[in-house]
Amino acid sequence: MQKTILTRMGDGERLKMSPSEIKAELQDGSQTAASMARIPELTEEDIQQLYDIMAEPGRVVSVPHGHELIVTDDGIAECFGGSEADGGSGVSISRQSAVLSYERGLAADTASLGHTDYSFKPVKAILDAEQQSYQTISMLTTVPLFYGSQPNMGLYFQPDGPFPNPADLLPVGKIKAAQEAQEQAAEQLCADMVYIGKGLNEMGCEGFNFDTAGSTGDAEFYATLKAARQLKQYAPNMSIIIGMASEFVLGMHGEIAYEDQQLAGLFPHEQVKLVESAGADIFGPAINVVTSKSFPWNLAKALTMVKETVARATIPVHPNVGMGVCGIPMLLEVPIDCVSRASKALALIGKADGL
Amino acid sequence: MPVTHIVTAGMGGMRTAGDLVAWMQMSRRMKLTDAKHYVAEKLKVDVMDLVDEDVMYTLRNDLGIGTVTPRAGGPEGIRAKCKVADLLEIEINSVQRFKSLMR
Repeated sequence: MQKTILTRMGDGERLKMSPSEIKAELQDGSQTAASMARIPELTEEDIQQLYDIMAEPGRVVSVPHGHELIVTDDGIAECFGGSEADGGSGVSISRQSAVLSYERGLAADTASLGHTDYSFKPVKAILDAEQQSYQTISMLTTVPLFYGSQPNMGLYFQPDGPFPNPADLLPVGKIKAAQEAQEQAAEQLCADMVYIGKGLNEMGCEGFNFDTAGSTGDAEFYATLKAARQLKQYAPNMSIIIGMASEFVLGMHGEIAYEDQQLAGLFPHEQVKLVESAGADIFGPAINVVTSKSFPWNLAKALTMVKETVARATIPVHPNVGMGVCGIPMLLEVPIDCVSRASKALALIGKADGL
Repeated sequence: MPVTHIVTAGMGGMRTAGDLVAWMQMSRRMKLTDAKHYVAEKLKVDVMDLVDEDVMYTLRNDLGIGTVTPRAGGPEGIRAKCKVADLLEIEINSVQRFKSLMR
């Protein structure tokens, strides 16, 4: 009887595959990534190592001694006390208690704080409260404490914000007006992010995380790079992470450029060079999961892009390995068999500096 | 999910030397291997010792840089971070601010 290996689909559904089916999925996932991003495929050795990780019988796997890396997070440290739809535990404890539990109970390498909405725009109105929270908690934490938030430029468009909505303008052919609206929104977003960053720096902020950058496309990525540069010049001791929203920058504007580099369509190995140039200290690529493809296919695709990004980067690379990115199935209660295999593979094959 | 990442591949935070290696990535943009070697050199231990709880618990107590199971009166929080900044020869923003407030 042929050996079967338990694995999952990209939406988390359990399935069994034969060794040859797993290997075929790994090859195809890597070839797809290489073709999309115009980068090398995983080597035969990489594919064999990845297959071995997939085929390990244990439910949870781990890296060998000496191959550990740094784990940063995006607001997860306070999720014990949060009620966010994408992962809050809803326990009635304070943010401070949640962060300290994460630091000491889970032995995290770093911790983080962020507004429950996790977008910069709502933080601006309550910056004083966030400054106080950050200052108090940073006096108690020993591991590095980040303040994280999402640029989320979508909140700057009507009806939520002041600028005309490109999603209304583009379908009726008003391309120039849509571009101008995005340029105006990007400038306001950049100003808000710099204002918030400076405010947190005044409280001794140790690290500032631009999380899920580019979710509204290339103009949002432009605003993030511009804000990162300004903040790094103003506050050189405040470390900056830029984590991405997706594997390539969506061309919602289409022509906006940073340092003469058109942003639309950039893949992680190209994104990282602009992030370095902007002065950020850590880069977080996000590789999309295709829910109709298998977990082995998705992880091989992610590893192909991450490996090339790490190879080209001069700064640490911490791939985003949350729900729906870098191989992790799109499932709220993410299966730990997949999470641990993604962690191990990104450390050993992707050569990531952190997660 | 972060629990799985921490257990599968994380350095172990204050249980070992995870926070120290993280500081070097953040403050000097060091890649993982360089950061580990830098911290090991400062601690005068082997790189493999950085993730050895047996070595690091004693060392962290001796250096006063905090543990996840603090003893009464033991350093943690900003007091430990002041020592970490001196040990690693880096500037930590919260430490700088704390010292400026104490002047």
